[in-house]
Amino acid sequence: MNDQPQFDNPKLKIKALDFYYGQYQAIKKVSLDIPANKVTAFIGPSGCGKSTLLRTLNRLYELYPDQRAEGEIRLDGTDILAKSQDITLLRAKVGMVFQKPTPFPMSIYDNIAFGARLYEKLSRGEMDERIEWALTKAALWKEVKDKLHQSGTSLSGGQQQRLCIARGIAIKPEVLLLDEPCSALDPISTSRIEELIDELKADYTVVIVTHNMQQAARVSDYTAYMYLGELIEYGATDRLFIKPQRRETEDYITGRFG
Amino acid sequence: MDAFFKNLTRFFAFFVFSILAAILVSLLIHSQIALSKYGFNFLFDPEWDPVTEEFGALIPIYGTIVSSAIAMIIGIPVSFGIALFLTELAPTWLKRPLGTAIEMLAAIPSIIYGMWGLFVFAPLFAMYVQPGLIQLFGPLPILGPLFKGPAMGIGMLTAGIILAVMVIPFITAVMRDVFELVPPMLKESAYGLGATTWEVVWHVVLPYTKIGVVGGVMLGLGRALGETMAVTFVIGNAHRLSTSLLAPGNSIASALANEFTEAVGDLHSAALIELGLILFLITTIVLALSKLMLLQLSKREGAKT
Repeated sequence: MNDQPQFDNPKLKIKALDFYYGQYQAIKKVSLDIPANKVTAFIGPSGCGKSTLLRTLNRLYELYPDQRAEGEIRLDGTDILAKSQDITLLRAKVGMVFQKPTPFPMSIYDNIAFGARLYEKLSRGEMDERIEWALTKAALWKEVKDKLHQSGTSLSGGQQQRLCIARGIAIKPEVLLLDEPCSALDPISTSRIEELIDELKADYTVVIVTHNMQQAARVSDYTAYMYLGELIEYGATDRLFIKPQRRETEDYITGRFG
Repeated sequence: MDAFFKNLTRFFAFFVFSILAAILVSLLIHSQIALSKYGFNFLFDPEWDPVTEEFGALIPIYGTIVSSAIAMIIGIPVSFGIALFLTELAPTWLKRPLGTAIEMLAAIPSIIYGMWGLFVFAPLFAMYVQPGLIQLFGPLPILGPLFKGPAMGIGMLTAGIILAVMVIPFITAVMRDVFELVPPMLKESAYGLGATTWEVVWHVVLPYTKIGVVGGVMLGLGRALGETMAVTFVIGNAHRLSTSLLAPGNSIASALANEFTEAVGDLHSAALIELGLILFLITTIVLALSKLMLLQLSKREGAKT
């Protein structure tokens, strides 16, 4: 892909990335640059490798011994796939929110404090402030400010997902990975989270994986279309959805796929 | 047909209740003589002399509680560690054989643990470990009295350790099973925040599985409290009150096993049955306490409304 968008100082620079589940190669020689303070979406049919690609960006795949990545991913110029990279520090910089809400079995307050406590020693007052800040950012503060000490699992699905986003930003990462964050949510919660994503890009680099093409079109600045582990097309979202350069991309976004 | 099925299952459910009640009532009836003679003093009297017909339950109660406590103090952390290793850290090829080995430990009859404890473990323990314990802790102010006296091998500590070995497979098996029920995505999101394995297990996995974990611990504690054969072999069966964990003592279950066939007087039998009643009550209290603890834990986690 020579006609990819180029950026002066990409937040993440992925170069010739291969990924394997045991013998099976799920990502084939993918290279792309992800710009800072923008929303980049990965789209494509199930099994195309878009979630896998996302999981390499904070090395979450390393929890499973038969998964491995080869190639190069540079975060602000540092190769994060290098053995010397401290995984904990990497994950402090690259946070992640999952498909289904995953509140921890503890209070709303502790859910958010959990991540912050891993990295910082905050006084009670500072922690209270941090929690209010994160919940406000995640557009949840008004709804939960009177019940911070109730269980996180007592919230509705949409609230739980915003709680997870608040938890993710409470550790002040630089990059936020969202893996189909709305797939388990109703339309109203979905639109709240989409608004939220739009606001978050002022402070964070956001990478989102989604099944929903309209969502990618609505929230993202750049879109990458993947198919069978390969990057088919990558470009500015407006351009890609209106005038795709590749036949495969056009087939997919117009629903003529397969 | 449905009505028949409903009644049948209801009958079974209530059958359990009636058995429980029947056991309680028969224990009460048969211990009547001892109950009326000693009253509450039975619980605090250290005397137990079949010849002079003087009976008090303090020593066996103390022995039962202390040996089980030792078993839990050793057993719970070890089981937790094994379960953690099996679910989070062990490579796949090691998980199965290790898990099976643990399960096989649970299948060993308790009399074998008793024999092994008496003939193999106790002598080695007396020779190599106890002198060290006495030297190390004996001179200390608070711990000192717990580790005094000759190194005999048998005694409260030995019984506790053997019990620990016996309950570890139970607690481990339950913990492993409930740890595996934790949704991978929940663990991933904790790892995704940069938590270490320990932090994930301690702050996420354990709270998520607390009901199961407490259940496993109770299963182990229930076994430890009621274990008869293995404890009888190694506890020493001495009706003497000693602060030292190295001294021989007695437990309710082993007192029953040892003396029941030899109990001649009505009072002796009644006192032994009352011991059984006490054991029954202890396990009930332990169960109630664990429910209370779970209630307390979920309060701390935040009300679910």
